Amino acid sequence: MSVTTVERVPQGDAPVSAEPNYLTAEHTVASWLLTKDHKRIALLFFASITFFFFIGGIAATLMRLNLATPGGLLQPAVYNRMFTMHGIIMVWFFLIPSIPATFGNFFIPMMIGAKDLAFPRINLASWYVFNLSGLVVLYALIMGGANAGWTFYTPLSTVYANGYVFAAAFAVFINGFSSIMTALNFVVTIHRMRAPGMTWMRLPLFVWAIYAVSVVMLTATPVLAMDTFLLAAERFMGIGLFDPNHGGDPLLWQHMFWFYSHPAVYIMILPSMGVVSEIIPCYARRPIFGYAGMTIALMSIAILSFFVWAHHMFVAGISIYSAVFFSLMTFFVAVPSAIKVFNWTVSLHKGRIVFDAAMLYALGFVLLFTLGGVTGLMLATLAVDVDVHGTYFVVAHFHYIMVGATVSAFFGALHFWWPKMTGRMFPESWARFAAILTYVGFNLTFFPQFILGYLGMPRRSYTYPAQWQSWNLLSSAGASILAVAYLLPLLYLGWSLIWGRRAGANPWGATGLEWITASPPPPHNFERTPIVTLDPYAYDPETGGYTTQEGTLHAG
Amino acid sequence: MPDSAVLRPDLQYASLAQQGETAELGMWVFLVNETLFFGALIFIYFIYRLTYPHEFAVAARDAVLWCGSVNFVLLLTSSLTMVVAINAAAQGERRAMVCWLIATAALGCAFLGVKGFEYYLDYQDEVVPVVNYLSKPGEGRAGELFWVFYWIATGLHAIHLMIGIGLVLYVLAWKIPRGKITPAYYTPLEVIGIYWSFVDTVWLYLYPCIYLVGRS
Amino acid sequence: MYRWIPFWPKTAAVTAIPVNNLYVAELVLSALIMATVVAMMLTFCVRYRRNSDASRANLTEKSWHFEVAWTTATLAAFLVLFVWGASIYIWLYQAPRGDEEIYVVAQRWMWKIEHPGGQREIDALHVPVDKTIRLAMASADVIHSFFVPAFRIKHDVVPGTIETLWFQADKTGTFFFACTQFCGVQHATMQGKVVVMSAPDYARWLTEQGVQESLAQQGEELFRARGCSGCHDPSSTVHAPSLFGLYGTIVHLQDGSIRLADEAYIHDCILNPRSFTVAGYPPIMPDFSGQIDEGDVLKIIAYIKSLGGAQETLE
Repeated sequence: MSVTTVERVPQGDAPVSAEPNYLTAEHTVASWLLTKDHKRIALLFFASITFFFFIGGIAATLMRLNLATPGGLLQPAVYNRMFTMHGIIMVWFFLIPSIPATFGNFFIPMMIGAKDLAFPRINLASWYVFNLSGLVVLYALIMGGANAGWTFYTPLSTVYANGYVFAAAFAVFINGFSSIMTALNFVVTIHRMRAPGMTWMRLPLFVWAIYAVSVVMLTATPVLAMDTFLLAAERFMGIGLFDPNHGGDPLLWQHMFWFYSHPAVYIMILPSMGVVSEIIPCYARRPIFGYAGMTIALMSIAILSFFVWAHHMFVAGISIYSAVFFSLMTFFVAVPSAIKVFNWTVSLHKGRIVFDAAMLYALGFVLLFTLGGVTGLMLATLAVDVDVHGTYFVVAHFHYIMVGATVSAFFGALHFWWPKMTGRMFPESWARFAAILTYVGFNLTFFPQFILGYLGMPRRSYTYPAQWQSWNLLSSAGASILAVAYLLPLLYLGWSLIWGRRAGANPWGATGLEWITASPPPPHNFERTPIVTLDPYAYDPETGGYTTQEGTLHAG
Repeated sequence: MPDSAVLRPDLQYASLAQQGETAELGMWVFLVNETLFFGALIFIYFIYRLTYPHEFAVAARDAVLWCGSVNFVLLLTSSLTMVVAINAAAQGERRAMVCWLIATAALGCAFLGVKGFEYYLDYQDEVVPVVNYLSKPGEGRAGELFWVFYWIATGLHAIHLMIGIGLVLYVLAWKIPRGKITPAYYTPLEVIGIYWSFVDTVWLYLYPCIYLVGRS
Repeated sequence: MYRWIPFWPKTAAVTAIPVNNLYVAELVLSALIMATVVAMMLTFCVRYRRNSDASRANLTEKSWHFEVAWTTATLAAFLVLFVWGASIYIWLYQAPRGDEEIYVVAQRWMWKIEHPGGQREIDALHVPVDKTIRLAMASADVIHSFFVPAFRIKHDVVPGTIETLWFQADKTGTFFFACTQFCGVQHATMQGKVVVMSAPDYARWLTEQGVQESLAQQGEELFRARGCSGCHDPSSTVHAPSLFGLYGTIVHLQDGSIRLADEAYIHDCILNPRSFTVAGYPPIMPDFSGQIDEGDVLKIIAYIKSLGGAQETLE
């Protein structure tokens, strides 16, 4: 019954390898811009999405500055363009590609023991298409921005809005192809390129999550492609598919849009669930609770996400029977998410928990996701939705999930895999501080918005009645803290690239295949294709030891 | 002409067989995606057709049935020639393969030619929404929606067909002369063949939607 | 301090009370769920932190009973919420005939209210307390949404059709209403006040507006001026459906479908007649779309309603 102190894999400066890694193998600009290496492409995507995160973040900053007082800062027309572009940029140019195109690209081949994705050239093309769509959206932004909301409801977007709706819709159309290419690559790779011994039920949950996301992307995004194509055509040519003056139906736009956009929000959350399922077992030093249940939950969420779209339209004039059906389906889709929350929490039981930054982000994810989720239940409830639809309650709900949960998981992934990608360790105390500051800033920003929503503050408003200023001011103050918390990693992670301690192959003692190779990895990932003999997460909390998936035991 | 001896798989693949199967799976997965793209459009078409059946029937009378039907035959035949070409590739009959591929591309181009002529006739009939549209009596406001669907659906289909023809020409001009299509590995041709069949199948659905409305 | 920091909206209608109760119940449930998760997480994090000496033996391998148990419990709780919410929603969204029928036209960026007696207001809605008010709402341009937080009611106002909403205020006072569907530059200021008055005050307010003609009378003038009576008048030689007693009845259309003759149906007939020809009649009604604004359509509807109709509750 001796106390077993778990030794982390000892760190001093790990020896610098003489072998070239994927970063040092070639140095020319062409070797980056024409690379077929999934790891380099992941970093290229990382640069693009970080850029758009800051653009979307600047828009958010201006919005919260404006809302700190009822008198405001921005002209109404400017504010309206600001929130539209914030939504478009954050959804399509940051959140959707965030985890799949960066960590997915980098780690899916490694986690399944492959040398690259199935179609490396398509992977590179995906990045170029993404940037092309980015140029179009930047054009829309710089010229003055679209002003119909990211949801482009007709006939406002097609007939009345005087902003750059066509350009924004066109940008989204092109962006969809980037998603589709990435998703296609993942699905095919996961089906066909797993190493010997890597059966489906031995796949790490991150791989399952990316698989689920890719299936949803492939089936939902083409519908968006058609929608934005038709919207752009209607805007440009005045054809009238969604215009009642031409026999069209404005609600048809909403149905088509939400048929994609509801699965889209699951596209945004599923990868982050996968990330958290990697982080928690590693830092709790024990296997995840209910692996099979977690895989079933992931696939159920993916499938059920297609049956709930009209819960965005409960007050739009759909039939009462449709509304009842969609409310029921929405409650069903919440069940697998609840299972995951319980499983993550119970995965802490009898562990040997270490509170590094990645773990703090993951635990924060669980709490923020749960809070966002219970408010989602309230929105699924028909009678309550009638009251809070179109108010700040909805805004708070989706920010809890998309920002509180997804962005936290993104930062968790960033800290978890940073040593592997860059070969450097970052200063842990700064990272922990940033994680906690994020959590505090986030709650201060968005919790008051639930209160504002129930009080009746409509969303997409540049001003509000004066009696609601206290909550708005608190929210804006919280946003300033959140902004600092998001900027901090830029500083200390950047610092670590030059002055951080060199990382060994497996600084956290994790069991995935990506950790058996050097940090940073060699260009072709593995010297020899590993042969998988174990389930993932073979951590033993009793002894403190762990076994990586190809069978190497590290005693406690 | 380099002979078929040394065709190596790309570095991420363990064998040519794995590379081939993966490419085929990729094309099938892509086609699921394309089915939803055209499917969304056809869905919208059906929503409006079920809401305005009479108006659609009146508007669709101006669809040029002979053009659509000739195109139907051309495209179906081209799928046949494509399959025969793939078969020839599997047997190693290079000359036959090239001939049948040229036939496929030619039939595809013939389709585009007939389509172009049909577009000219449509312009004469004044059924181009926004640009040159005359509402026929009895079609109300919803009739124009039929023609919106027609131009978008056939336009997108034509673009997909052009891409298909381009791919066939690419194989003819680049891959075959470099000896990259052999009986051991003719997957690029199979993959293009699957895509070609899909383009044909889309026409199978568009044809009754456009040309057989109200003609029963 | 309450004046600086509001926490809760007022509850001023019969419709508001059940919604409010459900919201509170969900808040309580949410708090319980959060508390459970937080408590478990905190307990485990403290007890099983790296250097604690709690026993890690006998890690649970089999998880199916836990999974099934909490899946079932979750599903059961969710189904209760679903049924509760759906039943209130069905009640909220089946607008009854109403003691008062008021017409609303939403237009960028103002709310134009028309009382049946012809009284008009902008961005204000005067109603009597304890009476069932039925709103028939049309949009002149884009999608708007009519929302009264104190009554917990909301409905989108969609162009091309007429939406209905009902409420019954149970307190006098002034209550905020707003547009909650983004409609352009001044969406954030497209707001107004519902003024709930006692019955005598309301009656006095109505007469104070000094209006000569009711909405139905104005509608009748439009009906004649636009030529509708040329076909629909009983003495006309043209074979057109009679409008007497039409409102609220079932109509059989030419394509075999059936419509209830409510405000939305009459709106469709005027603005898109070709698609809603009544069975047995020639499709010759002229299309008035683009020639008549939504406010005038509502007046004609008010007139047609005044010609009598079925008394049952409309959906």
